[in-house]
Amino acid sequence: MGYTKDQLLARLQELKIYFTCYDHPVVLTVEEQAKHVGHLGGALSKNLLLKDKKHRLYVISALAGTKVDMKILSQRLGLGKGGLRMAPEENLLEVLQVPLRCVTPFALINESASAVSLLLDQGFKSKQICYFHPLTNDVTIALSSSNLDKFLISIGKQPAYVDLEAAPAVGKDNPPDLAHLVPSGVPNSSEQPVENASHTNVPHHQNNVPKETEVKAIMTISKVQSKGAETSSKVDKPTTNTSVDKFVNDVFDIISPLLSEELKKLDIKEELSSILDGLRGRADPDLKSIAMTLKNASYTNGFHAGFKTMLHRGLNG
Amino acid sequence: MAAAEQGVDAARKEEEEEEEQVVNPWEVSAGKGGIDYDKLVDQFGCQRIDDALVGRIARLTGRPPHCFLRRGLFFAHRDLNELLDLYEKGEKFYLYTGRGPSSEALHLGHLIPFMFTKYLQEAFKVPLVIQLTDDEKFLWKNLTIQESKRLARENAKDIIACGFDIERTFIFSDFSFVGGAFYENMMQVARCVTMNKAIGIFGFNLEDHIGKVSFPPVQAVPSFPSSFPHLFAGKDQLRCLIPCAVDQDPYFRMTRDVAPRIGYQKPSLIESRFFPALQGENTKMSASDANSAIYVTDSAKEIKTKVNKYAFSGGQDSIELHRKLGANLDVDVPIKYLNFFLEDDDELAHIKKEYKEGRMLTGEVKQRLIAVLSEIVARHQRARSQVTEEMVDAFMAVRPLPNMFG
Repeated sequence: MGYTKDQLLARLQELKIYFTCYDHPVVLTVEEQAKHVGHLGGALSKNLLLKDKKHRLYVISALAGTKVDMKILSQRLGLGKGGLRMAPEENLLEVLQVPLRCVTPFALINESASAVSLLLDQGFKSKQICYFHPLTNDVTIALSSSNLDKFLISIGKQPAYVDLEAAPAVGKDNPPDLAHLVPSGVPNSSEQPVENASHTNVPHHQNNVPKETEVKAIMTISKVQSKGAETSSKVDKPTTNTSVDKFVNDVFDIISPLLSEELKKLDIKEELSSILDGLRGRADPDLKSIAMTLKNASYTNGFHAGFKTMLHRGLNG
Repeated sequence: MAAAEQGVDAARKEEEEEEEQVVNPWEVSAGKGGIDYDKLVDQFGCQRIDDALVGRIARLTGRPPHCFLRRGLFFAHRDLNELLDLYEKGEKFYLYTGRGPSSEALHLGHLIPFMFTKYLQEAFKVPLVIQLTDDEKFLWKNLTIQESKRLARENAKDIIACGFDIERTFIFSDFSFVGGAFYENMMQVARCVTMNKAIGIFGFNLEDHIGKVSFPPVQAVPSFPSSFPHLFAGKDQLRCLIPCAVDQDPYFRMTRDVAPRIGYQKPSLIESRFFPALQGENTKMSASDANSAIYVTDSAKEIKTKVNKYAFSGGQDSIELHRKLGANLDVDVPIKYLNFFLEDDDELAHIKKEYKEGRMLTGEVKQRLIAVLSEIVARHQRARSQVTEEMVDAFMAVRPLPNMFG
């Protein structure tokens, strides 16, 4: 089962993310939601779950008033014209694990949604308060976009704000500007680890049921857990990723947008992407060198620790 | 493995100063005008690497080809296309290279095969074995066994500093590793090579001690995966690619000749030119002449001095003459060095043009070279300073490499 609204709100409180909570009858449209919270001065959001031809999923979360053109978005993502469709209802239930008409950025807290890409309207940033459903349609929570960011970062997602109404030309000289937001992993199927539930089930079995079933239950749990480990990993290989190349790329992916932002503030006229590429090219050899040193040093420590462990166990028999 | 030790024997007779060039693992000397690589390729019977092959490597590895390939530093091969055909079909290979640890003083020329091998490891995502032939140095040089072993470990640190991935790399020294399956393969190779053949390939004579004569199998068998049961058990037909300097070709001609006779695959080779000494192509890089090369221990100041004072210039004697006639790029050492180490193709082309046509002066070219070399050496020194004895132990431990193709 996915997270419940209460679990989500408890998590937000743990993270000290400030929000206000409004209960109301179940609402299925933004207009209905507006009737209950629209007068409070915050910004309503409309949330779409879209799917591309390769079955990758996207949550588009926009201000209610923003026009979202799916054709243009599709091109900006590099999916060609008409590459995006509204996702079928099953995806909502299985992947986002939220009821119908309840698409929300908060659904990404679920493991099943780990491969879903989230695009946020940059208009949220200028609003003090934004309204979203917290996994159910009978509640609306209000929080600032920076608090939403805090939440997203806590679940390992980098917030991606986009000018959803922009319509840049996409062609040979202008690569799709949102291509980096296309998910890279395999989308998760619905057989998610029932880890929480199964952990709570085990004590029941141990108390009431004879050994045979107990063994079966444990076997099912470990099967589900290992399946969970498989399906919840975002990359194809289940091994720990020790690639220095990937590490250095990840470092640049973190620094580039930050640097971009700062450079924009300084009103640099040159092509930012070429400045960043140039920087990247120059820093690459040194970064790769120190990353490889760290990797080799870590391996060395692990290796010697393992060796000593074996040595002592050998002596003890 | 003996590097192109051009300072081998200063007491060679006058006869060798003639046109005849000599290239073998223990001696490299050029006739007038430097090494004739076309003649060498013909004589050895290997193939040249052309642009199509470089392009193919780029496509297969999904990244730009290494500078050394683009600039023709690695210029010859044996069966590289066949190896790439198999790789394209999903069949992996492993890399094998090595060093004869004769001294602690490593210069940039020594690092070149390792820098290139590191690129190959990263680009193809394959494992690598590195052989330190401490036994060879003991046999050919006046060293004790203890000293040979010590030098092997010291050289291992510089090799590690080139940035090899410990998850995919096994370094071994002959004195420590020879035995077991490795030794069995050595005997199989030895039984297939007559004394006559050895004399023909390596230039041995009846006065040479039997240690020398029995050494070649040691350098041959790392080409066979069964020599490393802890790494390649059950993969007897795994292919091997050997990046090396072209003077090592004789060892592997012998290996390739023997391989099918003992049921193994022939290793493929990718071979490099020689790296010129600072004072020019016809001079020898020698451990006794610190000014003949840039050492990995040189400070920025030393690099600056060496390049400014000793790098042979193809420029004219006076500025006026230079602006009029331009520089002779064929003999200019800074340009040759930039050819190997300046990554940016456009910048290099620009420098060559301006220098040749007299608009750029020797001083400016040297300045650029100093900057490039200083960066490389500084990076190496930083990495080297972080190599611990424990790290060397880990690289040299006989251990499985589960991620070696990952």
